[in-house]
Amino acid sequence: MSNGVNVQALLDAREVLKGAPEAAQFTWRASSKWQHGVHSTTKIQKFFGLGQEQSHKSESVFEADHPEIFAAEDNGVTPIEYLLVGLAACLTAGVASVAQNRGIKLNSVESVVEGNHDIRGILGADSDVRNGFNDIKVTFTIDADASQADVEALVAQSQKRSAVFDALTNPTNVTVEVA
Amino acid sequence: MYVTTAVIGAGHAGLAASHFLTGASVDHVVLERGEVANSWRHERWDSLRLLTPNWLSRLPGAAYEGPEPDGYADTSEVVDLLERSAKDVPVRTGVNVTSVRRSPEGYTLTTSEGPVRARTVVIASGACNRPVVPTFDVPAGVEQVTPFDYRNPSRLPDGGVLVVGASATGVQLAAEIQQSGRAVVLSVGEHVRLPRVYRGRDVLWWMHHAGIWGQRYDELDDLTRARRLPSPQLVAGSTLDLNTLTSMGVELVGRLSTIRDGAALFSGGLRNVAALADLKLNRLLDTFDEWAGTAPGERHEPTRVPESARWRLDLRSGEIGSIVWATGFRPDYSWLDVPVVDAKGALVHDGGVVGDGLYALGLPVLRRRGSTFICGIEDDARDVIGHLVRGLG
Repeated sequence: MSNGVNVQALLDAREVLKGAPEAAQFTWRASSKWQHGVHSTTKIQKFFGLGQEQSHKSESVFEADHPEIFAAEDNGVTPIEYLLVGLAACLTAGVASVAQNRGIKLNSVESVVEGNHDIRGILGADSDVRNGFNDIKVTFTIDADASQADVEALVAQSQKRSAVFDALTNPTNVTVEVA
Repeated sequence: MYVTTAVIGAGHAGLAASHFLTGASVDHVVLERGEVANSWRHERWDSLRLLTPNWLSRLPGAAYEGPEPDGYADTSEVVDLLERSAKDVPVRTGVNVTSVRRSPEGYTLTTSEGPVRARTVVIASGACNRPVVPTFDVPAGVEQVTPFDYRNPSRLPDGGVLVVGASATGVQLAAEIQQSGRAVVLSVGEHVRLPRVYRGRDVLWWMHHAGIWGQRYDELDDLTRARRLPSPQLVAGSTLDLNTLTSMGVELVGRLSTIRDGAALFSGGLRNVAALADLKLNRLLDTFDEWAGTAPGERHEPTRVPESARWRLDLRSGEIGSIVWATGFRPDYSWLDVPVVDAKGALVHDGGVVGDGLYALGLPVLRRRGSTFICGIEDDARDVIGHLVRGLG
């Protein structure tokens, strides 16, 4: 039975890093450049981890813009939508990994992520409205060789170990500087 | 003073150790900083009762003999049980051990009553010596209370109460504070949900008889996790889960992430910690049914989570007068001058065997899941003291 996740490698890494917390310190990096209007291009390739510089196999490029109803050119998705990409991808990876670890064969995993957003916040139209999402809803549709309870447990455990779920549900200190 | 074995602490663990040391004719002394059952006398809130029914609350040489085997002991009854178990135990009360060091013959203990030399030492000083309190920047004017300070709701300052932590302590204090007429906000992280009764029997009857408590420490998938598992949401006599608290008017919020600019910020993951606990409860009840070989019994309503739980609570608005930190307890090994404590402050041991004649008793999942409870000490003490006696050669 395989969902294509090398769980043994993850479990081995967990054991090794228990005794080597310094190697577990990663820094993920994105480099962004303004294009025109509210359009920007962000590239990701290098990161730091396991004590040294690391690199993805290739560079990924992400265009961000705003839709035409915002009077923009719509050269790419809205920045806040990238959070949805991150959340969906993280939870899905978690579902696959947990399923692998529990010996559950996945036939398909699909999800819809909806972030409700009151844009009066970012427009400054109402100071009582926050800038970010009011709430986010993720709906998974999973076909697996497992009971409904086991599938729900996969999704629950995935949230419990999700980096992006944590980053969205808990506050994080953010420092923005001008170099 | 020289003894073959020095036992530190005259709670249920130290007394059980003494029982088996006496049985093996090992000369020993039980050193107690205060009096027998000291923490039960001085470090518990007024309404506290044991989570285990009386028929389960037995110690070597002292079983429950009263008229209510299905009742739950209050602290004075626990003290009574321990005192009965302490009969014939060589306890020295009022002896505070301030240091334990290696010596050529074994160990040297520095105590408030002078040094004690011993070949072997049993650490039975408890698992809950200090309340764990996170270091957050709580605004002045909001009183902070730990379960060691807390006695009853009337001693709390005016205003609403933020109870942080929803394990046994947190749910019990949240309930009695809410019932006293104060508004309680309960911050809920990962927790263990249990009904008091399943299919007409105490849920701990099932844990005991279905073999859950008998599971050995060296056969568990994740021992570290099992040892860190929070105490279940239980109270004497009735079910006290989050739904009960919601019905009483307690407001549920997520795990406390931080306090920033005078505001408590809670995780937005409340729904998932509730889902995890519900799923885990159902799996446990399935295990009971499987053991009983019968059709499934009753199942429980999923935890009701507020549609939109607050994730921000202004601690400067006057809404909250006090915070009760029900965020767990940890042992204190600051007096142990032997390198047997890990970076997180936990004693490193193999089923109570620390090594070189040093032993531990009375810690969660020490040798079995049941080790966490008073009734688990007899089997543990038999095993651990058996190892100690064999080591004396």
